[in-house]
Amino acid sequence: MTGTHLGMPAFPEAAREAVGNSTLRANLRHATRTIREKRALAVAELDDWAALREAGKQIKDHTLRHLDTYLIQLEEAVTAAGGTVHWAQDAAEANRIVTDLVRATGETEVVKVKSMATQEIGLNEHLAAEGITAYETDLAELIVQLADDRPSHILVPAIHRNRGEIRDIFRERMGEWGRPAPEGLSDIPAELAEAARLHLREKFLRAKVGVSGANFMVAETGTLVVVESEGNGRMCLTLPETLISVVGIEKVVPTWRDLEVFLQTLPRSSTAERMNPYTSMWTGTADGDGPRDFHLVLLDNGRTAVLADEVGRQALRCIRCSACLNVCPVYERAGGHAYGSVYPGPIGAILTPQLRGTASEVDASLPYASTLCGACYDVCPVAIDIPEVLVHLREQVADQGGHRVEKAVLGAAAWAFDHPAVLATAQRAASLTRTLHPSRLPGPGRAWTDSRDLPQLPDKPFRDWWKRHHEGKEDAQ
Amino acid sequence: MRVALFLTCVNDTLYPDTGRAVVRLLSRLGVDVDFPMGQTCCGQPHYNTGHRRQAEPLARRFADVFAGYDAVVTPSGSCGAMVRELYPRMGRRAEEEGRGSSLALAVAEVVPRTYELTEFLVDILGVTDVGAFYPHRVTYHPTCHGLRALGLGERPRRLLRAVRGLELVELPGAEECCGFGGTFAVKNPDVSAAMGRDKVDAAVSTGAAVLCAADNSCLMHLGGLIRRSGADVRPLHIAEILASTEGEPLT
Repeated sequence: MTGTHLGMPAFPEAAREAVGNSTLRANLRHATRTIREKRALAVAELDDWAALREAGKQIKDHTLRHLDTYLIQLEEAVTAAGGTVHWAQDAAEANRIVTDLVRATGETEVVKVKSMATQEIGLNEHLAAEGITAYETDLAELIVQLADDRPSHILVPAIHRNRGEIRDIFRERMGEWGRPAPEGLSDIPAELAEAARLHLREKFLRAKVGVSGANFMVAETGTLVVVESEGNGRMCLTLPETLISVVGIEKVVPTWRDLEVFLQTLPRSSTAERMNPYTSMWTGTADGDGPRDFHLVLLDNGRTAVLADEVGRQALRCIRCSACLNVCPVYERAGGHAYGSVYPGPIGAILTPQLRGTASEVDASLPYASTLCGACYDVCPVAIDIPEVLVHLREQVADQGGHRVEKAVLGAAAWAFDHPAVLATAQRAASLTRTLHPSRLPGPGRAWTDSRDLPQLPDKPFRDWWKRHHEGKEDAQ
Repeated sequence: MRVALFLTCVNDTLYPDTGRAVVRLLSRLGVDVDFPMGQTCCGQPHYNTGHRRQAEPLARRFADVFAGYDAVVTPSGSCGAMVRELYPRMGRRAEEEGRGSSLALAVAEVVPRTYELTEFLVDILGVTDVGAFYPHRVTYHPTCHGLRALGLGERPRRLLRAVRGLELVELPGAEECCGFGGTFAVKNPDVSAAMGRDKVDAAVSTGAAVLCAADNSCLMHLGGLIRRSGADVRPLHIAEILASTEGEPLT
C-alpha cells in the first residue's frame, strides 16, 4: 500500500487526539448517526435483506475460490470488446503502468473518479512526481485535495469537515487549482455544491484522460460498473478520449446477473438509497461513444496473500459500502485518520494489516482498535465476520513477538486458572489486602485508573461463601 | 433439574453478591444449584487478545468441570458467548491446524447445555415473572455479546417488566457498546472512556436510579466511570434485581 501514511503513530495515540477534538467529535457524531439511522430504515424496507446478504456472501466466496478462472475470462472479454488489460502485482507496478499510459497520450493532466484502489497505491502523488496533475472530481475528494488533507472515510472522505470549514477551504484554495470560488461564498450546501460544479466543469470539458476505479467487473461480458451520486463519475467515464481504470482483482463477479444482488445491497448500505443516482456501465470501447482507448489495470497489491489466509480472506468480499464505519462506536470517536490508512474503520482494521502486514506500529495496533462489539458484522451486506478476523489478526501480532509482557501475564493467569487452589489463594490475598489498594494505579494500570475507579473488592470471594454455606451439600456428593 | 452455576472469574472475585443472587433466584424457582469448585476462567481474555492456544486448556477444564449437569447457567452474556460461540470455533481451528478433534469433541457435549441466565429463565424454565420486587426506576443496557452473539433479544427486558414496582425506562442508544471490550479498556483507554461516558450520560438522562445489565464486566467499567464522576445512577446486575423480593429486598 501507499507510503503516504507511513510513520503514523499507533492507533491509541492518534485516537487520543481525536477524542480530545470537540469539533471533530461533533462532526463525526452528527454525520455517522444520521447515516446510520437512514441505513437502518433503507434496509428494513426489504423483506429479503437476509437472503440478499447471504447471496452476496456466496457470490463473493465462489468468485474468490475461482478467482484465476474469472480474471482470465474477464481479460478475454475486455480484450474482445476493444479494451487492453494490464496486470499489476503491486503499487509500484500499477503506478508505472498508469504513468506510461498517460505519457503516451502526451497529456499532463487527468480527471479522476473517486477510487479507493488509486488511493491505496498513492497514484496521485506518484503522478505529481512525474509531472502529471490528477484532479479529484468527487465533491468530498475535491475538498480533501484542496485542503491538502487525507480522506477519513471510504464513502464520505471529508466527513471530518463541517460546512463552515468547507467554505473556508473553497475560498482559500480553489483559485490555486483552477476557477476560484465565487465572491461572497457562504456555507449553504447548495452554494458550496454550485461552487464545486463550476470549478469542476472546466476540468471535465478540458480533460483528455480519465482515471477511475470500479465497484464491479463482470467476467462474462467484460463490463465495468461504477456507482456514484454526483454525476462527476459519468463525466469522467464518458468525456475523455482515454480511460484508465485501476481495479482490485477481488472486484470481479462472474455474471451480469450477480449485479442484481449488489446493486440492491450497496446503495442501501452506503448512502441509504434504494438506488444510487448514477450507475455507469461500460464494456470496452465503442466508435463515436465515449473513450476511444480503454485500459484496465488489474491490481493485486497484497490481495493474493490475503486470499491464502483461510480466516482473513473474507475481508476480500468487501464492496466498500462503509456501513461498518458508520455504525462503529470506535470510529465515531477516533475518526478515520487514526487508522493510518485509506481504509479506516472496522474494515480498515482487518484489511490494512493484511494488505500491508503488521510490521509498523500503527498496523500492529489496528487489530486491537475494536471492542469486538459486533455491530459491524451485523450491518455488513456481505457478512464479513469482522470480529473473527480481528481476533485472528491479534493472534498474528502476538505470534510475531508483540505484546511480550501481556503474553507473560496472560500465561501466568492461564496457569493459575488451571490450578483453582492457586486462584483461590490469589483471590483471598486480594480481598484481605483490599484496604491497602491505591485508587490510582502506577504504570500500565494507569490506563484504567486515569479515567475510572477500580471496583471495590469484596471481603471474600464467592467461592468462600459457597463453601461455608454449602459444606454439608459438598460432603454429601 | 440439576444445574451448575458458572459464575465466571470476574464475578467470583469481585461480585460475589451477583453469585449469591443467582443462587437465591434459581433456588426460589425450584432449581437445584451447584457451584463446582474446579471452575475458574472461560479463557476469553486470552482468546480475544490473540492468545488462543492459552485459552485451550481452560476450555478443556470447563468441559471437565461442568460435565454431567442438566444445564450450566452463567450470569454473563460475554462468557456465555465465549463458551457457546467460540469454544466450537476453537475446536474447528485446532482441527484445521492438524491438531486433531479432541478439543472439538471435549467441548461438544457441554456447549449446547450452557445458557446465559436470562435465556435459561425464559427459555428453559419458561418463566418471565420470577416473583421479584424492586420499586425503582431502572434502565437496561443490553451488553454486546449477549445482544449480538447470543441473541438475548427482549428476554432481559421481559423479566424486568414483570418485576413488581419496577419502572423500566428505555436507554437512548441502548444497543451501542459501552466501550469496555476487555483489554480494549486499557489498550485504548481514551476511546473506551469516551464511549463509557456517553453511555453513563445516556443512563443519567433517563432519570433512572439504576443502570442494569446482564454482565458485570461492562458494569465494572461503567461503575468505575460513575464513581469517578459522581454520577447519580447505580450500576446493578440483573440477577440482583430478579433475586430481590418483598421479604428479602435488595438494599
